[in-house]
Amino acid sequence: MKHLQTVDGSDSWLTTKAQSLFEWVIKTARLDKAVNLSRANSLWPMPFGTACCAIEFMATAASRFDLARFGMERQAFSPRQSDVLICAGRLPFKLAPVIRRIYDQMPQPKWVISMGACASTGGIFDNYAMVQGIDTVVPVDVYVPGCPPRPEGLLYGILMLHKKIKGEDLFDSSLRDEQLLNDKGLRLPPEQIDEISEPFGNSVHQFRSA
Amino acid sequence: MNPSANALQATFGNAIGRVIDARGETIVYVSPAKVRDVLVWLKGTAGQDYNYLVDVTAVEYRDRERPLEVVWNLRSLASRQDLRIKVELDPRGELAVPSVVDLWAGANWLEREVYDMFGVTFTGHPDLRRILMWETYAEGYPLRKDFPLRGRFSRSEQVRQALNVNPEGHYSMEELAIADAYDELPRDMRDRLARGERDKIPNSE
Repeated sequence: MKHLQTVDGSDSWLTTKAQSLFEWVIKTARLDKAVNLSRANSLWPMPFGTACCAIEFMATAASRFDLARFGMERQAFSPRQSDVLICAGRLPFKLAPVIRRIYDQMPQPKWVISMGACASTGGIFDNYAMVQGIDTVVPVDVYVPGCPPRPEGLLYGILMLHKKIKGEDLFDSSLRDEQLLNDKGLRLPPEQIDEISEPFGNSVHQFRSA
Repeated sequence: MNPSANALQATFGNAIGRVIDARGETIVYVSPAKVRDVLVWLKGTAGQDYNYLVDVTAVEYRDRERPLEVVWNLRSLASRQDLRIKVELDPRGELAVPSVVDLWAGANWLEREVYDMFGVTFTGHPDLRRILMWETYAEGYPLRKDFPLRGRFSRSEQVRQALNVNPEGHYSMEELAIADAYDELPRDMRDRLARGERDKIPNSE
Protein backbone atom coordinates (compact mmCIF):
# COMPACT_ATOMS: atom_id res chain seq x y z
CA MET A 1 0.00 0.00 0.00
CA LYS A 2 2.95 2.28 -0.66
CA HIS A 3 0.97 4.51 -3.00
CA LEU A 4 -1.33 5.49 -0.15
CA GLN A 5 1.51 6.91 1.95
CA THR A 6 1.53 10.59 2.63
CA VAL A 7 4.31 12.89 1.50
CA ASP A 8 6.32 12.49 4.71
CA GLY A 9 6.28 8.67 4.38
CA SER A 10 3.90 7.90 7.22
CA ASP A 11 0.73 5.83 6.58
CA SER A 12 -2.30 7.87 5.62
CA TRP A 13 -5.55 7.68 7.51
CA LEU A 14 -7.02 5.65 4.63
CA THR A 15 -4.21 3.12 4.69
CA THR A 16 -4.58 2.57 8.39
CA LYS A 17 -8.31 2.08 8.00
CA ALA A 18 -7.87 -0.36 5.10
CA GLN A 19 -5.29 -2.39 6.96
CA SER A 20 -7.41 -2.67 10.06
CA LEU A 21 -10.45 -3.66 7.97
CA PHE A 22 -8.38 -6.31 6.19
CA GLU A 23 -7.12 -7.68 9.47
CA TRP A 24 -10.67 -7.71 10.85
CA VAL A 25 -11.89 -9.75 7.83
CA ILE A 26 -9.05 -12.24 8.20
CA LYS A 27 -9.60 -12.69 11.92
CA THR A 28 -13.37 -12.92 12.02
CA ALA A 29 -14.59 -14.39 8.73
CA ARG A 30 -15.38 -18.04 8.17
CA LEU A 31 -13.38 -19.58 5.35
CA ASP A 32 -16.42 -20.35 3.16
CA LYS A 33 -17.72 -16.81 3.58
CA ALA A 34 -14.35 -15.37 2.61
CA VAL A 35 -14.04 -17.65 -0.42
CA ASN A 36 -17.60 -16.98 -1.56
CA LEU A 37 -17.07 -13.25 -1.06
CA SER A 38 -13.98 -13.41 -3.26
CA ARG A 39 -15.74 -15.50 -5.90
CA ALA A 40 -18.81 -13.28 -6.03
CA ASN A 41 -16.79 -10.11 -6.33
CA SER A 42 -14.35 -11.27 -8.99
CA LEU A 43 -16.64 -12.85 -11.57
CA TRP A 44 -15.13 -12.86 -15.03
CA PRO A 45 -17.92 -12.82 -17.57
CA MET A 46 -17.82 -14.74 -20.84
CA PRO A 47 -20.19 -12.73 -23.04
CA PHE A 48 -22.06 -14.88 -25.55
CA GLY A 49 -23.79 -12.07 -27.43
CA THR A 50 -26.04 -13.06 -30.32
CA ALA A 51 -28.54 -10.22 -30.67
CA CYS A 52 -29.78 -6.87 -29.38
CA CYS A 53 -29.27 -7.99 -25.76
CA ALA A 54 -25.55 -7.91 -26.53
CA ILE A 55 -25.85 -4.19 -27.31
CA GLU A 56 -27.45 -3.69 -23.91
CA PHE A 57 -24.72 -5.84 -22.38
CA MET A 58 -22.11 -3.55 -23.95
CA ALA A 59 -23.90 -0.55 -22.45
CA THR A 60 -23.79 -2.30 -19.08
CA ALA A 61 -20.08 -2.91 -19.42
CA ALA A 62 -19.33 0.64 -20.58
CA SER A 63 -18.60 3.63 -18.40
CA ARG A 64 -22.11 4.80 -17.49
CA PHE A 65 -23.17 1.55 -15.80
CA ASP A 66 -19.71 0.05 -15.44
CA LEU A 67 -19.72 -3.66 -14.71
CA ALA A 68 -16.25 -3.23 -13.21
CA ARG A 69 -17.88 -1.88 -10.06
CA PHE A 70 -18.99 -5.44 -9.34
CA GLY A 71 -15.64 -7.09 -9.88
CA MET A 72 -16.27 -7.82 -13.54
CA GLU A 73 -13.35 -5.74 -14.71
CA ARG A 74 -12.14 -8.27 -17.18
CA GLN A 75 -14.29 -9.56 -20.04
CA ALA A 76 -12.95 -13.03 -20.63
CA PHE A 77 -13.81 -13.72 -24.32
CA SER A 78 -12.25 -17.09 -23.66
CA PRO A 79 -14.26 -19.79 -21.90
CA ARG A 80 -11.13 -21.14 -20.24
CA GLN A 81 -10.57 -17.99 -18.19
CA SER A 82 -14.14 -17.18 -17.21
CA ASP A 83 -16.60 -17.79 -14.40
CA VAL A 84 -19.99 -16.71 -15.67
CA LEU A 85 -21.45 -17.31 -19.13
CA ILE A 86 -23.84 -14.53 -20.09
CA CYS A 87 -26.02 -15.58 -23.01
CA ALA A 88 -27.21 -12.22 -24.33
CA GLY A 89 -29.70 -12.85 -27.10
CA ARG A 90 -31.61 -15.59 -28.90
CA LEU A 91 -29.97 -18.94 -29.44
CA PRO A 92 -30.66 -20.65 -32.78
CA PHE A 93 -30.40 -24.43 -32.98
CA LYS A 94 -27.35 -23.96 -35.17
CA LEU A 95 -25.55 -22.32 -32.22
CA ALA A 96 -26.75 -24.81 -29.58
CA PRO A 97 -23.71 -27.11 -29.91
CA VAL A 98 -21.46 -24.04 -29.83
CA ILE A 99 -22.75 -22.66 -26.52
CA ARG A 100 -22.71 -26.22 -25.15
CA ARG A 101 -19.06 -26.57 -26.07
CA ILE A 102 -18.22 -23.18 -24.59
CA TYR A 103 -20.00 -24.14 -21.36
CA ASP A 104 -18.13 -27.45 -21.23
CA GLN A 105 -14.83 -25.62 -21.75
CA MET A 106 -15.35 -23.31 -18.77
CA PRO A 107 -13.56 -24.43 -15.61
CA GLN A 108 -15.42 -24.84 -12.31
CA PRO A 109 -16.75 -22.94 -10.52
CA LYS A 110 -19.03 -21.60 -13.23
CA TRP A 111 -22.44 -19.98 -13.48
CA VAL A 112 -24.78 -19.01 -16.33
CA ILE A 113 -26.93 -15.92 -16.74
CA SER A 114 -29.69 -16.09 -19.33
CA MET A 115 -30.15 -12.50 -20.42
CA GLY A 116 -33.42 -11.45 -22.02
CA ALA A 117 -36.68 -13.04 -23.09
CA CYS A 118 -35.26 -14.93 -26.07
CA ALA A 119 -32.44 -16.62 -24.21
CA SER A 120 -34.78 -17.51 -21.34
CA THR A 121 -37.82 -18.75 -23.29
CA GLY A 122 -37.32 -18.29 -27.03
CA GLY A 123 -39.21 -14.99 -26.72
CA ILE A 124 -41.02 -13.90 -29.88
CA PHE A 125 -39.12 -16.49 -31.92
CA ASP A 126 -41.40 -19.48 -31.39
CA ASN A 127 -40.32 -21.01 -34.69
CA TYR A 128 -38.37 -23.80 -36.36
CA ALA A 129 -34.95 -22.18 -35.95
CA MET A 130 -34.80 -21.16 -32.29
CA VAL A 131 -34.00 -22.91 -29.02
CA GLN A 132 -36.93 -22.32 -26.66
CA GLY A 133 -34.87 -21.33 -23.62
CA ILE A 134 -31.17 -22.03 -23.23
CA ASP A 135 -31.93 -24.09 -20.12
CA THR A 136 -32.72 -26.94 -22.53
CA VAL A 137 -29.03 -26.81 -23.50
CA VAL A 138 -27.06 -25.58 -20.46
CA PRO A 139 -28.02 -25.18 -16.78
CA VAL A 140 -29.00 -21.60 -15.92
CA ASP A 141 -28.52 -19.83 -12.59
CA VAL A 142 -30.20 -16.46 -13.17
CA TYR A 143 -32.82 -15.47 -15.74
CA VAL A 144 -33.02 -11.76 -16.54
CA PRO A 145 -36.35 -10.79 -18.13
CA GLY A 146 -36.71 -7.97 -20.63
CA CYS A 147 -36.63 -7.39 -24.36
CA PRO A 148 -33.87 -6.40 -24.07
CA PRO A 149 -33.32 -5.84 -20.32
CA ARG A 150 -32.14 -2.40 -19.30
CA PRO A 151 -28.58 -2.32 -17.93
CA GLU A 152 -30.12 -1.92 -14.46
CA GLY A 153 -31.93 -5.20 -15.08
CA LEU A 154 -28.76 -7.03 -15.95
CA LEU A 155 -26.97 -5.50 -12.96
CA TYR A 156 -29.82 -6.67 -10.74
CA GLY A 157 -29.42 -10.16 -12.19
CA ILE A 158 -25.70 -10.06 -11.51
CA LEU A 159 -26.32 -8.96 -7.92
CA MET A 160 -28.76 -11.86 -7.55
CA LEU A 161 -26.02 -14.16 -8.78
CA HIS A 162 -23.70 -12.59 -6.16
CA LYS A 163 -26.29 -13.41 -3.52
CA LYS A 164 -26.58 -16.97 -4.78
CA ILE A 165 -22.80 -17.43 -4.75
CA LYS A 166 -22.49 -16.01 -1.25
CA GLY A 167 -25.00 -18.58 -0.03
CA GLU A 168 -23.21 -21.57 -1.55
CA ASP A 169 -21.77 -24.30 0.66
CA LEU A 170 -18.05 -24.37 0.00
CA PHE A 171 -17.74 -28.00 1.06
CA ASP A 172 -20.63 -29.31 -1.04
CA SER A 173 -18.62 -30.72 -3.93
CA SER A 174 -21.77 -31.69 -5.83
CA LEU A 175 -22.20 -28.00 -6.71
CA ARG A 176 -19.02 -28.30 -8.74
CA ASP A 177 -19.95 -31.48 -10.61
CA GLU A 178 -19.75 -31.15 -14.37
CA GLN A 179 -23.28 -31.44 -15.76
CA LEU A 180 -22.51 -33.26 -18.98
CA LEU A 181 -25.01 -34.37 -21.61
CA ASN A 182 -26.53 -37.79 -20.91
CA ASP A 183 -26.27 -40.85 -23.14
CA LYS A 184 -29.14 -39.55 -25.29
CA GLY A 185 -27.12 -36.39 -25.94
CA LEU A 186 -29.54 -34.25 -23.93
CA ARG A 187 -29.31 -32.33 -20.67
CA LEU A 188 -32.90 -32.97 -19.59
CA PRO A 189 -35.42 -35.75 -20.24
CA PRO A 190 -37.09 -35.26 -23.67
CA GLU A 191 -40.57 -34.81 -22.20
CA GLN A 192 -39.27 -32.04 -19.94
CA ILE A 193 -37.74 -30.25 -22.92
CA ASP A 194 -41.05 -30.55 -24.78
CA GLU A 195 -42.89 -29.20 -21.76
CA ILE A 196 -40.73 -26.14 -21.18
CA SER A 197 -40.74 -25.45 -24.93
CA GLU A 198 -44.55 -25.30 -25.01
CA PRO A 199 -45.90 -22.05 -26.46
CA PHE A 200 -47.38 -19.62 -23.98
CA GLY A 201 -48.79 -16.09 -23.99
CA ASN A 202 -49.41 -14.69 -27.45
CA SER A 203 -47.52 -17.42 -29.23
CA VAL A 204 -50.27 -20.00 -28.61
CA HIS A 205 -52.16 -18.24 -31.42
CA GLN A 206 -49.36 -18.67 -33.89
CA PHE A 207 -50.58 -21.76 -35.76
CA ARG A 208 -50.56 -20.25 -39.20
CA SER A 209 -49.57 -23.26 -41.29
CA ALA A 210 -50.06 -27.02 -41.26
CA MET B 1 -42.54 0.60 -68.78
CA ASN B 2 -38.97 -0.56 -69.10
CA PRO B 3 -38.09 -0.64 -72.86
CA SER B 4 -36.27 -3.94 -72.31
CA ALA B 5 -39.64 -5.67 -71.95
CA ASN B 6 -40.60 -4.90 -75.55
CA ALA B 7 -37.12 -5.85 -76.74
CA LEU B 8 -37.48 -9.20 -74.98
CA GLN B 9 -40.85 -9.83 -76.62
CA ALA B 10 -39.39 -8.98 -80.02
CA THR B 11 -36.38 -11.26 -79.51
CA PHE B 12 -37.84 -14.26 -77.70
CA GLY B 13 -41.43 -14.25 -78.94
CA ASN B 14 -43.70 -16.65 -77.14
CA ALA B 15 -41.07 -17.63 -74.54
CA ILE B 16 -42.09 -14.37 -72.88
CA GLY B 17 -45.34 -14.57 -70.95
CA ARG B 18 -47.13 -11.75 -69.18
CA VAL B 19 -45.47 -8.37 -68.86
CA ILE B 20 -46.65 -6.34 -65.89
CA ASP B 21 -45.92 -2.69 -65.23
CA ALA B 22 -46.82 -2.00 -61.63
CA ARG B 23 -45.90 1.15 -59.72
CA GLY B 24 -43.11 1.90 -62.15
CA GLU B 25 -41.60 -1.58 -61.86
CA THR B 26 -41.53 -3.90 -64.85
CA ILE B 27 -42.06 -7.62 -64.31
CA VAL B 28 -41.51 -10.06 -67.17
CA TYR B 29 -42.64 -13.69 -66.91
CA VAL B 30 -40.43 -16.08 -68.86
CA SER B 31 -40.88 -19.78 -69.60
CA PRO B 32 -38.54 -21.92 -67.48
CA ALA B 33 -36.88 -23.46 -70.54
CA LYS B 34 -35.82 -20.09 -71.92
CA VAL B 35 -34.97 -18.16 -68.77
CA ARG B 36 -31.24 -18.73 -69.01
CA ASP B 37 -31.15 -17.53 -72.62
CA VAL B 38 -33.10 -14.47 -71.58
CA LEU B 39 -30.72 -13.68 -68.70
CA VAL B 40 -27.65 -14.22 -70.89
CA TRP B 41 -29.15 -11.93 -73.48
CA LEU B 42 -30.02 -9.25 -70.93
CA LYS B 43 -26.50 -9.25 -69.54
CA GLY B 44 -24.53 -9.49 -72.77
CA THR B 45 -26.48 -7.48 -75.31
CA ALA B 46 -25.35 -3.96 -76.05
CA GLY B 47 -28.08 -1.54 -75.06
CA GLN B 48 -29.35 -3.87 -72.32
CA ASP B 49 -26.26 -4.35 -70.12
CA TYR B 50 -27.98 -5.63 -66.98
CA ASN B 51 -24.65 -6.00 -65.23
CA TYR B 52 -25.91 -6.03 -61.63
CA LEU B 53 -27.92 -8.91 -60.19
CA VAL B 54 -29.66 -7.30 -57.21
CA ASP B 55 -31.31 -10.42 -55.83
CA VAL B 56 -32.44 -13.94 -56.55
CA THR B 57 -35.39 -15.07 -54.51
CA ALA B 58 -38.55 -17.13 -54.68
CA VAL B 59 -42.21 -16.65 -53.77
CA GLU B 60 -44.76 -19.24 -52.77
CA TYR B 61 -48.28 -17.92 -52.39
CA ARG B 62 -50.75 -18.93 -49.72
CA ASP B 63 -53.11 -19.99 -52.51
CA ARG B 64 -51.79 -23.48 -53.17
CA GLU B 65 -53.12 -23.40 -56.75
CA ARG B 66 -50.77 -20.61 -57.70
CA PRO B 67 -47.36 -21.62 -58.98
CA LEU B 68 -44.14 -21.03 -57.08
CA GLU B 69 -42.16 -18.19 -58.59
CA VAL B 70 -38.39 -17.77 -58.85
CA VAL B 71 -37.45 -14.10 -59.16
CA TRP B 72 -34.36 -12.38 -60.54
CA ASN B 73 -34.05 -8.65 -59.83
CA LEU B 74 -31.74 -7.07 -62.37
CA ARG B 75 -30.32 -3.59 -62.64
CA SER B 76 -28.41 -1.91 -65.42
CA LEU B 77 -25.95 0.49 -63.85
CA ALA B 78 -25.33 2.15 -67.22
CA SER B 79 -28.93 2.91 -68.20
CA ARG B 80 -30.26 2.98 -64.62
CA GLN B 81 -33.06 0.55 -65.41
CA ASP B 82 -34.52 -2.09 -63.16
CA LEU B 83 -36.08 -5.27 -64.51
CA ARG B 84 -37.66 -8.16 -62.69
CA ILE B 85 -37.67 -11.57 -64.36
CA LYS B 86 -39.98 -14.26 -63.00
CA VAL B 87 -40.35 -17.94 -63.74
CA GLU B 88 -43.40 -19.94 -62.66
CA LEU B 89 -42.88 -23.51 -61.45
CA ASP B 90 -45.44 -26.12 -60.45
CA PRO B 91 -44.74 -26.79 -56.75
CA ARG B 92 -45.88 -30.42 -57.20
CA GLY B 93 -43.33 -30.99 -59.96
CA GLU B 94 -39.57 -30.78 -60.02
CA LEU B 95 -38.34 -27.39 -58.83
CA ALA B 96 -35.33 -26.69 -61.04
CA VAL B 97 -34.07 -23.63 -62.85
CA PRO B 98 -30.70 -22.98 -64.47
CA SER B 99 -28.00 -21.31 -62.38
CA VAL B 100 -26.57 -17.93 -63.37
CA VAL B 101 -23.44 -18.04 -61.20
CA ASP B 102 -21.24 -17.93 -64.32
CA LEU B 103 -22.95 -14.68 -65.38
CA TRP B 104 -23.08 -12.94 -62.00
CA ALA B 105 -20.74 -14.39 -59.37
CA GLY B 106 -22.91 -12.82 -56.68
CA ALA B 107 -25.67 -15.29 -57.52
CA ASN B 108 -23.74 -18.03 -55.71
CA TRP B 109 -24.99 -17.44 -52.17
CA LEU B 110 -28.36 -16.06 -53.34
CA GLU B 111 -29.13 -19.31 -55.15
CA ARG B 112 -27.93 -21.34 -52.18
CA GLU B 113 -30.33 -19.40 -49.96
CA VAL B 114 -33.27 -20.06 -52.30
CA TYR B 115 -32.29 -23.72 -52.38
CA ASP B 116 -32.03 -23.83 -48.59
CA MET B 117 -35.35 -22.12 -47.90
CA PHE B 118 -37.51 -23.31 -50.84
CA GLY B 119 -35.81 -26.42 -52.18
CA VAL B 120 -35.38 -24.98 -55.67
CA THR B 121 -32.47 -26.67 -57.44
CA PHE B 122 -30.22 -24.47 -59.55
CA THR B 123 -28.74 -26.73 -62.21
CA GLY B 124 -25.14 -25.88 -62.96
CA HIS B 125 -24.48 -24.26 -59.58
CA PRO B 126 -20.86 -25.00 -58.56
CA ASP B 127 -21.60 -25.64 -54.86
CA LEU B 128 -25.33 -26.04 -54.20
CA ARG B 129 -25.80 -26.78 -50.50
CA ARG B 130 -27.62 -25.22 -47.58
CA ILE B 131 -26.35 -21.85 -46.43
CA LEU B 132 -28.53 -20.75 -43.46
CA MET B 133 -29.51 -24.12 -42.03
CA TRP B 134 -26.74 -26.64 -41.46
CA GLU B 135 -26.03 -29.30 -44.08
CA THR B 136 -27.50 -32.18 -42.06
CA TYR B 137 -30.75 -30.30 -41.41
CA ALA B 138 -33.45 -32.89 -42.05
CA GLU B 139 -36.77 -31.09 -41.54
CA GLY B 140 -37.23 -29.77 -45.06
CA TYR B 141 -37.40 -26.32 -46.58
CA PRO B 142 -38.56 -23.78 -43.97
CA LEU B 143 -40.14 -21.12 -46.18
CA ARG B 144 -42.40 -23.53 -48.07
CA LYS B 145 -46.06 -23.11 -47.17
CA ASP B 146 -46.43 -26.75 -46.15
CA PHE B 147 -43.66 -26.33 -43.56
CA PRO B 148 -45.05 -25.94 -40.02
CA LEU B 149 -43.95 -22.74 -38.27
CA ARG B 150 -42.29 -24.66 -35.43
CA GLY B 151 -40.66 -27.26 -37.66
CA ARG B 152 -41.59 -30.88 -38.26
CA PHE B 153 -39.90 -32.52 -35.27
CA SER B 154 -40.72 -32.18 -31.57
CA ARG B 155 -38.71 -29.64 -29.60
CA SER B 156 -36.78 -32.34 -27.76
CA GLU B 157 -35.88 -34.02 -31.05
CA GLN B 158 -34.77 -30.66 -32.48
CA VAL B 159 -32.59 -30.04 -29.42
CA ARG B 160 -31.22 -33.58 -29.60
CA GLN B 161 -30.31 -33.28 -33.28
CA ALA B 162 -28.82 -29.83 -32.76
CA LEU B 163 -26.69 -30.89 -29.78
CA ASN B 164 -25.49 -34.06 -31.48
CA VAL B 165 -24.06 -32.25 -34.45
CA ASN B 166 -20.36 -31.57 -34.42
CA PRO B 167 -20.13 -27.76 -34.77
CA GLU B 168 -17.28 -28.12 -37.22
CA GLY B 169 -19.59 -30.23 -39.40
CA HIS B 170 -21.75 -27.16 -40.08
CA TYR B 171 -19.15 -25.48 -42.14
CA SER B 172 -17.26 -26.07 -45.32
CA MET B 173 -13.58 -26.78 -45.63
CA GLU B 174 -12.82 -23.18 -46.44
CA GLU B 175 -14.70 -21.91 -43.43
CA LEU B 176 -13.15 -24.11 -40.75
CA ALA B 177 -10.74 -26.97 -40.35
CA ILE B 178 -13.28 -29.80 -40.39
CA ALA B 179 -10.92 -32.71 -40.60
CA ASP B 180 -12.13 -33.82 -37.15
CA ALA B 181 -15.72 -33.96 -38.31
CA TYR B 182 -15.05 -35.62 -41.65
CA ASP B 183 -16.81 -38.87 -40.74
CA GLU B 184 -19.94 -37.01 -39.69
CA LEU B 185 -20.34 -35.06 -42.90
CA PRO B 186 -23.19 -35.94 -45.25
CA ARG B 187 -22.21 -38.45 -47.86
CA ASP B 188 -22.52 -36.10 -50.83
CA MET B 189 -20.31 -33.54 -49.11
CA ARG B 190 -17.69 -36.21 -48.43
CA ASP B 191 -17.85 -37.23 -52.07
CA ARG B 192 -17.37 -33.65 -53.17
CA LEU B 193 -14.39 -33.29 -50.88
CA ALA B 194 -12.95 -36.58 -52.08
CA ARG B 195 -13.27 -35.47 -55.68
CA GLY B 196 -11.04 -32.55 -54.76
CA GLU B 197 -13.56 -29.82 -55.51
CA ARG B 198 -12.35 -28.01 -52.41
CA ASP B 199 -9.17 -27.79 -50.42
CA LYS B 200 -7.55 -31.06 -49.46
CA ILE B 201 -8.50 -32.57 -46.11
CA PRO B 202 -5.45 -33.18 -43.92
CA ASN B 203 -4.91 -36.90 -43.29
CA SER B 204 -7.89 -37.93 -45.44
CA GLU B 205 -8.02 -41.43 -46.81
